Amino acid sequence: MEDLNSQVQRSYEMGLHSEQLRGRTQQRFFVPDEAENFVYPDAPDVDFNRRAEFDAAEMTTSEINRKLRSLINEGYGTIVVKNPMARHSLGVGILNRLNLYFEGSLGYFGCGLIDGPNVRISGRVGWSCAENMMAGTVVIEKNAGSQFGAAMRGGDLVCKGQVGARTGIDMKGGTIIVGKSTGAFSGFMMQRGRMVICGDAGPNLGDSMYDGMIFVGGKIASLGVDAVPAELTDADREWLTRKLKMYDLLPPQGVDHFQKIVAGKQLWNYDNLEPAEKKLIL
Amino acid sequence: MCGIAGLIHRGGKSSGIGAEMTAMLQALKHRGPDSTGFAIYGMPDGGELVMRFKVAEQEDLNRGLAIHQQVKERRQQVDRRLTDLGVEIVDAQEATPYAFRYELKFDGDLKLLARHVEDVEGAEILSIGRGLELIKDLGDAQRVAGQYQLEGFRGTHGIGHTRMATESDVDIRSAHPYWAYPYSDIAVVHNGQLTNYWTKRRELERKGHRFVSNCDSELLAVYTADKLENGYSLEDSLRQSIEELDGVFTYLVATADSLGMAKDVMAAKPMVLYESDDTVALASEEIAIRKIFPREIDTFDPYEGEVRVWKT
Repeated sequence: MEDLNSQVQRSYEMGLHSEQLRGRTQQRFFVPDEAENFVYPDAPDVDFNRRAEFDAAEMTTSEINRKLRSLINEGYGTIVVKNPMARHSLGVGILNRLNLYFEGSLGYFGCGLIDGPNVRISGRVGWSCAENMMAGTVVIEKNAGSQFGAAMRGGDLVCKGQVGARTGIDMKGGTIIVGKSTGAFSGFMMQRGRMVICGDAGPNLGDSMYDGMIFVGGKIASLGVDAVPAELTDADREWLTRKLKMYDLLPPQGVDHFQKIVAGKQLWNYDNLEPAEKKLIL
Repeated sequence: MCGIAGLIHRGGKSSGIGAEMTAMLQALKHRGPDSTGFAIYGMPDGGELVMRFKVAEQEDLNRGLAIHQQVKERRQQVDRRLTDLGVEIVDAQEATPYAFRYELKFDGDLKLLARHVEDVEGAEILSIGRGLELIKDLGDAQRVAGQYQLEGFRGTHGIGHTRMATESDVDIRSAHPYWAYPYSDIAVVHNGQLTNYWTKRRELERKGHRFVSNCDSELLAVYTADKLENGYSLEDSLRQSIEELDGVFTYLVATADSLGMAKDVMAAKPMVLYESDDTVALASEEIAIRKIFPREIDTFDPYEGEVRVWKT
């Protein structure tokens, strides 16, 4: 297993830190060692060996989320929620180290605004899963709806099935991995981070992306404005292999067939362009 | 933001479709509390047509005592016009003081029948069909289902809608589903906005189609009627609509033996689909489907530009 420093070194080799960021929306969002080691000052100290489970079938959304917080405050580090029944907004705003298992499906906005927990969902998730996720991992065994990982900033978000439209819209960091296909406008206005689509990508992939990388194992219906193909490097292959292996998604034929899509940067610093220049680009 | 739902039992099996659709739509109440509508398909017997119509809006009844007398007179005028056309009224039920369910024997032109009835002030036909019963009113699904006694309704399939009014009034006229006038047994529900509504509406009006509201969703019903009139299959009509209609939309169409869906190319409006050998269920949110399948099921979002049609 690589240590953190060599991972950081590798990310420099992949060019993730070499951009000259300009423009009012650009800033340095994500420092890997800070994300790895960050703990909120008031985060409860949990023991991963202490396990709790409860049946959510007859509980409301608020009751389920309150129960989770109460168990975290009691020091439980592993929590299993049975029968979430596709309810919306479950497991949101957890800013703690935690192993959280949902045995079933979640509705909209599941696991949004989290920073740290490792979540495993045995069913499906609805729209906007892990929106604004900061760190941790979320692994979904079945399918996901649209806006998967919208505006996420860090961590790994993995769906082993198919995902709807606008996957990783406004993504600012972290990694999204899709086991099968995604819908239209995946990577729309992506600003940082990496997205891996093992199956096909829908129309307008990477439309108006500012930065980041998208890897696609299947067919691409069409590229969006300012999304362009790039060469798959050895560092990319190594990273893809390691990452997909971690989640049992490495294809039998390896990763050589993956296409890499990046920002053409014709829209880069778009706000500083004159109207006539904007028309030329579009 | 509105909620739509659809359910079809395959192999011609009937079920408590009234109660099932009520449960699904009640779960979507948060997407639209203004009005709720059902288009449910029963098991036709005896060959009679079922006509659902209203002669006033719910809110009209709060405007003094005179309206109650007017409602009576309007209903009598409808009865006279039906008799004049040679229609035999087999059964007449008063679902509410302003909405009625008639069983009719009639083999003539439905458009002519509809024109005669709707010529009466305040009269609007909600649906005509051998299987279709279209019910819509203000309030949530439980309220409307209770008011129109849908709990015991058995049938093969249905679609429904919970409405959050955005661009037209909160009244029955603007509530969904819309009947594809004047075709029997065809109804439409929609979630979204059609941005070329007025252009397409004028185009259809020039062809002689009638609109009863200013709700953009009505366009889908009229559009479907026009396509079917011109020999399109339901699936072809749905596919063509994705090409010709602008905006963001997901909509469902039900006919006597089919249920179809279409999703625009932006996939901006949600739809979750569950499909098994026996049943197909669709809804804006999975929680609605879970009301009739309270167990783990495999669901997915249809993709952008997708069209699907299922038969009973």
